[in-house]
Amino acid sequence: MTMIGMIAVIIYLVISPLIACLISGVDRVVTARMQGRKGPKLMQPWYDIVKLFAKEATSVNDMQKILVMAHCFFAIFSGAVFFAGGDILLVLFALTMAEVFLVLAAYSVNAAYSELGAQRELLQMMAYEPMTLLTAVGFYLSTGSFKVEDIIKTDIPLIIKMPGFFIGFCFILVIKMRKSPFDLATSHHAHQEVIKGLTGDLSGPVYGFSELAELYEEVLMLGIVGLFFVTSDPLSLAGAAAAIIIVMFCMSLTDNIFPRVKWEGMLKAAWIVTFFAGGANLVVLSLLNR
Amino acid sequence: MRISKSPWLLHYDGSSCNGCDIEVLAATTPRFDVERFGIINTGNPRHADIFLCTGGVNSQNKDVVRQIYDQMPDPKVVLACGICACDGGIFKDCYNIMGGTDTVIPVDVYVPGCAVRPEALIDGVVKALKLLDEKAEKMKRGEYKSLTSAEYEAARRQDAAEEKNNA
Ligand code: SF4
Repeated sequence: MTMIGMIAVIIYLVISPLIACLISGVDRVVTARMQGRKGPKLMQPWYDIVKLFAKEATSVNDMQKILVMAHCFFAIFSGAVFFAGGDILLVLFALTMAEVFLVLAAYSVNAAYSELGAQRELLQMMAYEPMTLLTAVGFYLSTGSFKVEDIIKTDIPLIIKMPGFFIGFCFILVIKMRKSPFDLATSHHAHQEVIKGLTGDLSGPVYGFSELAELYEEVLMLGIVGLFFVTSDPLSLAGAAAAIIIVMFCMSLTDNIFPRVKWEGMLKAAWIVTFFAGGANLVVLSLLNR
Repeated sequence: MRISKSPWLLHYDGSSCNGCDIEVLAATTPRFDVERFGIINTGNPRHADIFLCTGGVNSQNKDVVRQIYDQMPDPKVVLACGICACDGGIFKDCYNIMGGTDTVIPVDVYVPGCAVRPEALIDGVVKALKLLDEKAEKMKRGEYKSLTSAEYEAARRQDAAEEKNNA
């Protein structure tokens, strides 16, 4: 690991939760304004998570606690590998692993809504997993390496070579960040169809840990968005930040325009987008590489 | 940081005539934007801090009310909304009604009214927030643990027995 990688990891570990809270705070305010409301305070997600850790520590069983901790660990680990410049495949697999632990935690409590939530989470993974893997392949085809530290040494922003992958990735980001569809396992919408499903039986600090993992995950996902724009020129970081802001805004907008998408719709749409945007881009890239 | 910055509500309809429910729901719709205060209307007792109960408790749902209450992690506050939830109200003498919410779980704030007025409801929630902070403070010092519904039931029985003896 290079010196810069080490510093990046430390920064990631320390300030990710704050940054992610700020981002989701802005997102909640923007969403509220789109709906003609005032919305919560900017740092509301931070207050929420601090509160969760101040609550009584209860859990349905010990297994649940361990599994949620493992979920949190792997979510943080995958981000750390990414910001250290490691292998993007490892990042994605560790992230999947993290999700699987959360699903197991939900199954472990043997409760109806948790179980339903866990099933929906698995469907959700089925919807976005192909696209995340394709994105990794796309990075490989355009730079010849799976390593983030090599990928960022490119001279031109990768978005030029991988527009299809970018569209596909942004599409699944809406699912991955738990925005749409509304009936997903632990969607952010204030509806109660599956009573938060997956995280329905977590409470207090245990729930806090799963929220914390989500914050780290959010930073990682936005990092991958940034990867499409970063080049060897340090100035490109500013461009990447601007791109992330635009992507976040578009995500809020899509979420508000399609507030009642259901999981069947998600599955179909995600695969169609993956197939056409990701697939077409993949074909073009492999033809160019010949 | 105070816990009252992020109070998550849970609303349960006991045997209300729905008058109070409509008021409670109206107050938590986007139109009034309770998210301004960090309030989220959650449907999950395990995530909730404040329990809004409307209507009296009947012999069929008493266990539901107990279970919801017991699943909420400390610190928690219970609000009885409307006169039915306070003491049974107009349904008090019905064969199936046990009485107000406090016949099965400890209630912290009573909000009267038939139906409960939104202003009164907001007043009640503000009181509940103060209580929530106090409880959180005490909990930090290790001086507070809320009664479970079973302990509450036992205490009530004992009180009733003592009263009988005194009389
Ligand atoms: S207090 Fe009045 S409005 Fe509320 S549930 Fe009872 S009867 Fe209905």
